[in-house]
Amino acid sequence: MIHNEKSGDFKPVIVGAGPAGIRAAQTLLRYGLRPTVIDESPLWGGQIYRQPPAQFVRTKKDLYGFESSRADSLHRGMAEILDQIDYQPDTLVWNAQDQQLDTLRSGRTLTVNYSHLIVATGATDRVLPFSGWTLPGVFSLGGSQVALKYQGCAIGSRIIFMGTGPLLYLVAYQYARAGANVLAVLDTSKLTDQIAAVPAMFAQPALLAKGVYYYSWLLSHGVRLCHDVEPLRALGDDRVSSIVWRDTKGEQTLECDAVGFGYALRSETQLADILGARFQFDIPQRQHLPVRDDLGRSSVPGVYLAGDGAGIMGADSAELAGELAAFALISDTKILKLTQSDILRITEIQSLQSKSKKFRAGLERAFTFPEQWGKQAPDDLIVCRCEEITAGEIRKAVVELGATEINRVKAFTRVGMGRCQSRMCGAAAAEIIAQTTGLDISEVGRLRGQAPIKPIPFVTDVQVVPDVIRGAP
Amino acid sequence: MTEKKSAQTAMHPMFIRLAEKDREPVDFYLDGCSVSGFKGDTVLTAILTHQSSLRQTEKLNALRAGFCLMGACQDCWVELESGERLRSCTTFLSQGVHIKTTLDVV
Repeated sequence: MIHNEKSGDFKPVIVGAGPAGIRAAQTLLRYGLRPTVIDESPLWGGQIYRQPPAQFVRTKKDLYGFESSRADSLHRGMAEILDQIDYQPDTLVWNAQDQQLDTLRSGRTLTVNYSHLIVATGATDRVLPFSGWTLPGVFSLGGSQVALKYQGCAIGSRIIFMGTGPLLYLVAYQYARAGANVLAVLDTSKLTDQIAAVPAMFAQPALLAKGVYYYSWLLSHGVRLCHDVEPLRALGDDRVSSIVWRDTKGEQTLECDAVGFGYALRSETQLADILGARFQFDIPQRQHLPVRDDLGRSSVPGVYLAGDGAGIMGADSAELAGELAAFALISDTKILKLTQSDILRITEIQSLQSKSKKFRAGLERAFTFPEQWGKQAPDDLIVCRCEEITAGEIRKAVVELGATEINRVKAFTRVGMGRCQSRMCGAAAAEIIAQTTGLDISEVGRLRGQAPIKPIPFVTDVQVVPDVIRGAP
Repeated sequence: MTEKKSAQTAMHPMFIRLAEKDREPVDFYLDGCSVSGFKGDTVLTAILTHQSSLRQTEKLNALRAGFCLMGACQDCWVELESGERLRSCTTFLSQGVHIKTTLDVV
């Protein structure tokens, strides 16, 4: 560790204890900076390396498969520094302003000051709804994985996985391996696209090999694998009872009692947003993302972005991005100096990241976004599951009320105004607005984030300022 | 008029336990019935291993069973008989808690 009496003047805070947040914390510590690490989960690891509750017994190999040594390295890395950092698990950052975060833990709000902030807020599933997706038994793909990894449960006894993205085959494989009854994997992408993407994915042959392995394993274990699928509807009264889709062979129906679906991931950008970071539309990810320089500096001085929260690059890349953001922070202090070997490390990471980027481009090719989705969505499709707003209501706001910008549509229809604050419906609402207006998806605007970032309980422990003082002449 | 569309109408459990079945039991009440889960279960898991939904929506009274399971979609909030509300996918089950999954719609 590099000792410097000045390092105590800085109060770096990291939001998120996933791959990016943990690597950032370790790196800061090497320079004598003791970060505060705030995380919503009770244990560190993030979503991909989420740790089950204490009394669970499955091994890391059971839980994380090929990724078990990476998960272990990350978990251990954090365990080793716990006594040197200020770790705040189970804590939500629900508001932020210049050098100040409002947090909530066990019903109490607390203000945390920072001199530098690393935002490593991760991602959730990108959702494109289909009729009946709000029925009990239909879960997100990531959620399906959480049920298994975090709770040892399958989402049902006859399961269909649907959508597209690398998670689709991984989750199906993990379920089948754990003894769940996986009936089918319905991929909206074309097999020809996946084959065409192989050359680009050779940028990271090990990752490509894993994907091919999951696919072949499912195939050889009798799981029905369909491509070029257009999900039509989930049927059922009190819970999902079947899925109807269309593929090259026509309309098909398969009975089931649970469905996991998703279309890759979307970044959790709310915190960067309310901090005032500049955003830019990212064409491959079809999402407005906070702008960052090659080390992860946002447009706001002292605020750094790392990991999937600032654009989906995957867990390996998130670890590297966490390290880079910490390097940027350290050099921005102007007092601490990066060691020669860390300056070399930056170059090394950047070359690894460019391989990652090539691989990501391959993934986008293999698991294509269904651009025709907006056109296919029927008027009675519920897009916003919080406020129960349909595609037809969104189209009506565009056509009859002339709203072409997503925040206007939100004001007219309440889409994106519910408890999830557009996390589940924002991507779909934007697609429908684009389809109805004829505008490009990049031109329909960005839903503004606002505090509280997530719902906070009405009953909180509020500090009371006596009126006598406030009202004194 | 009060329409009570019970979440228990479909009595079949949603979730199937595949692993981690050897944990300390935790007893709780689900819509007045005494049932049990395990230590380390989230409230969501504890409910969905007994029945197939968690709540009803305010507008259309539709049944819901959560969706994202990672604290993002906010579609798994349930009420306790004490009136307290909690997000069931991120709250661990505690002994003796009284959970209400039915909604009285006037």
